[in-house]
Amino acid sequence: MIGLIGKKLGMTRTFQEDGRSVPVTVIQAGPCVVTQVKNLSRDGYSAVQLGFGTKKPKNTPMPMQGHFRKAGSDPLRTVHEFRLDTGHAYKLGQTLGVSELTEVVRVDVTGITKGKGFQGGIKRHGHHRGPAAHGSKNVRDPGSIGMHTFPGRVLPGKAMSGQMGNKQQTKKNLTVVAIDQERNLLLVKGSVPGATNGIVFIRPSR
Amino acid sequence: MNIIDQMRAANLRTDLPDFEIGDTVNVGVRIVEGNKTRTQNFIGTVIARQNAGNEASFTVRKMSGGVAVERVFPVQSPNVESISIKKKGRIRRAKLYYLRGRTGRSARIREARR
Repeated sequence: MIGLIGKKLGMTRTFQEDGRSVPVTVIQAGPCVVTQVKNLSRDGYSAVQLGFGTKKPKNTPMPMQGHFRKAGSDPLRTVHEFRLDTGHAYKLGQTLGVSELTEVVRVDVTGITKGKGFQGGIKRHGHHRGPAAHGSKNVRDPGSIGMHTFPGRVLPGKAMSGQMGNKQQTKKNLTVVAIDQERNLLLVKGSVPGATNGIVFIRPSR
Repeated sequence: MNIIDQMRAANLRTDLPDFEIGDTVNVGVRIVEGNKTRTQNFIGTVIARQNAGNEASFTVRKMSGGVAVERVFPVQSPNVESISIKKKGRIRRAKLYYLRGRTGRSARIREARR
């Protein structure tokens, strides 16, 4: 099993027999179309490219329209490649659904996190706040960002303010709670990165 | 209706009575002790309901030996085995959080006229 492209639909809860509540994220994982099969001799590596979602032909560049036509498919919203060892049986134009995951216990889900804009160190990195009273003027300031003449520079990777979110993130080892093959729905325990209707990539956990 | 709303509305239990805020109810709560299961009754006033299909919950408040106890029950939880209405209440609020600041006579709820 390689992986799937899906759409995050939102969250709800399920109950176990013993009464415990399990928070779940519902992902529409499929149908995905195999839009290209890459092999060692032609491409230098082995991979399967999947497409998911719908896109109007008038919004699809002509080269991409030709690419989808080769797979016998309508234009698709997202295309993503999954690396795979040689010797698999995936064929161009094949349609994959959530049934690919029937034997998978845990998955990794990759998505683009919600954008928070330009944020300070407190929200972005969990820095502590300065004192708020007694004439303090560094309530949410970053404080000292380094040492002295030595090293005479700010160390790379110093946690400061900047863009937060809107960045690819992977959540690993999410338990598969249920699979609905009819509607291509995948229920995983807990949250996944990104907003509702965001595109996520699902891979079986190692 | 989108799929999430469908899932929230699917397979909801129908075995519970239509209890309302202000009602005095007896909630049968399943309790597992080791490998034994028994039902514990929690009797009190419904002071809030959150309606959200599968995620709906309600809050029951009771006085237990001079100490107020509030429990939030998920309506769909299998641990809520039964609910029976002991008294209908006459109320004018959707959430009876004002009861938290009151004790004794002023914390009573009038019984609804039928």
